[in-house]
Amino acid sequence: MSQSTEPKLPESDVPESAVRRKVLQSFGLFALAAAVPVGVYEWITHSPKLRGIKKPFRQVLDANEQVARTYFSNTNLVRTFPVEAAEKKARVNGYDGIRTPVPEDWKLQIDRPNAEPLMLAIDDIKALPKHEIVYEFKCIEGWSQVQHWGGARLSDFLEHYKLGSKSGNSPTPDNTNDLFKYVGMETPDKGYYVGIDIESAMHPQTLLAYELNGQPINAAHGAPLRLIIPVKYGVKNLKRIGRMFFADQRPPDFWAERGYDYYVGL
Amino acid sequence: MKRIVHKHPLAIRWFHWINFPVLFVMIWSGLLIYWAYDPYKITVGDYTLVSFFPDGFYKFLKVPRRLAEGMAWHWVFMWLFMLNGLAYVVYTFVSGEWRHLVPNRNSFREAIAVTLYDLGLRKTQPPFVKYNGAQKIAYFSIMLMGVGSILTGFAIYKPTQFAWLTGLLGGYKAARLEHFVLTVGYVLFFFVHIGQVIRAGWNNFQSMITGFEVVKRNDPKRPSVTPEPISEPVDPTPTPTTPTLA
Repeated sequence: MSQSTEPKLPESDVPESAVRRKVLQSFGLFALAAAVPVGVYEWITHSPKLRGIKKPFRQVLDANEQVARTYFSNTNLVRTFPVEAAEKKARVNGYDGIRTPVPEDWKLQIDRPNAEPLMLAIDDIKALPKHEIVYEFKCIEGWSQVQHWGGARLSDFLEHYKLGSKSGNSPTPDNTNDLFKYVGMETPDKGYYVGIDIESAMHPQTLLAYELNGQPINAAHGAPLRLIIPVKYGVKNLKRIGRMFFADQRPPDFWAERGYDYYVGL
Repeated sequence: MKRIVHKHPLAIRWFHWINFPVLFVMIWSGLLIYWAYDPYKITVGDYTLVSFFPDGFYKFLKVPRRLAEGMAWHWVFMWLFMLNGLAYVVYTFVSGEWRHLVPNRNSFREAIAVTLYDLGLRKTQPPFVKYNGAQKIAYFSIMLMGVGSILTGFAIYKPTQFAWLTGLLGGYKAARLEHFVLTVGYVLFFFVHIGQVIRAGWNNFQSMITGFEVVKRNDPKRPSVTPEPISEPVDPTPTPTTPTLA
């Protein structure tokens, strides 16, 4: 008998008055408990904003980042695809920071502590080993698309130019005390800007990209040089990098200021 | 004196009623997120049968342009959803309550009989202890769906850190669709659940708050597995029973 494993429900005999009392008690407590979600809603919606969003939300999102960082690893790689799988016409979704024509005299400016800013031309980036990646680009809106990008690893770039460290030596992921916590980037017109934790910046699939589908990136996709960071949503993949800097405080971030999570790590 | 049957342990009632607002927040914030990219529809040939969702639906519920807000609610209340769900599963397992819940090999046959009874095509429903076969299948499935929502949720929340999970679920796009379908499942469950609770009546509903029901003899709504005998059978020759310490 299959029902032999299901025990009978316990029963007891109680005075009618006790039944009435228990019902009233239970419903009273239920009504009180029902006020809790109402109170939580009121508390959240009446909280002041902290960096673009209700304070309790910002605090939990920041806590979520700390949780996510415990299992983030540079050995966790984004899934890659064969080149044929890449979209021939990659989707363009944002023009903030790139509404003006690409500056003729474009240079990548890198601010350094205790040194003059480094000014680099696109050929200086192209001189670094080239890496290609075909992966699923993921927009925070929810769409995703397999795209084929080419460029230099940001980690190679930082190592070659000895950037991102406080000592001025090549940054090593193991020596976290010497690393700045964040890298900030902005477009030449400062119309778009992102901040990225240094661990994600040093991820081996993070590229300073100058090619899309084997061709130089066009203006709408962020010519001449853009960030491709597969461990983040598209919002962090800044187009037309004008300036790069390093900091221990979170650099300003365009969409985080508009209420989005700062970390948005995938 | 009244005879009462203790139906729902206090812990189960807490888990159930905590889940109600939390799951509501998850579904509502999920809708705010889904709006930003809403490609799903059911089509027959070229004809769109159902579109998820029409503009009027979004406007009526004030959904548009609230992606950031939706993500915030979703990524905060996901913890409560997971903790409450985990506590429920652990409690159900440890307390033995799972015996009332997990479908057995008779449940499907019972569920068909119950459905026929509910549709008025059958005079009686099969006896049951706490939940009938249809309830066991429904409540056990909803628990599994919760596990599914957590897995598909993490697959789209951290598709690189949990690439193995995203891969197992058929990829990022597939996992997002699965997460959505499960949510549609909750909404459908909700409507059936509410309908059945109304049908079952007040005594059943209040037991989810008080924990007990006053027993009505020969209640056609609750045929018990071993019906109470009308009178105690008289045993003329007392059979020896196992000795007890007096």
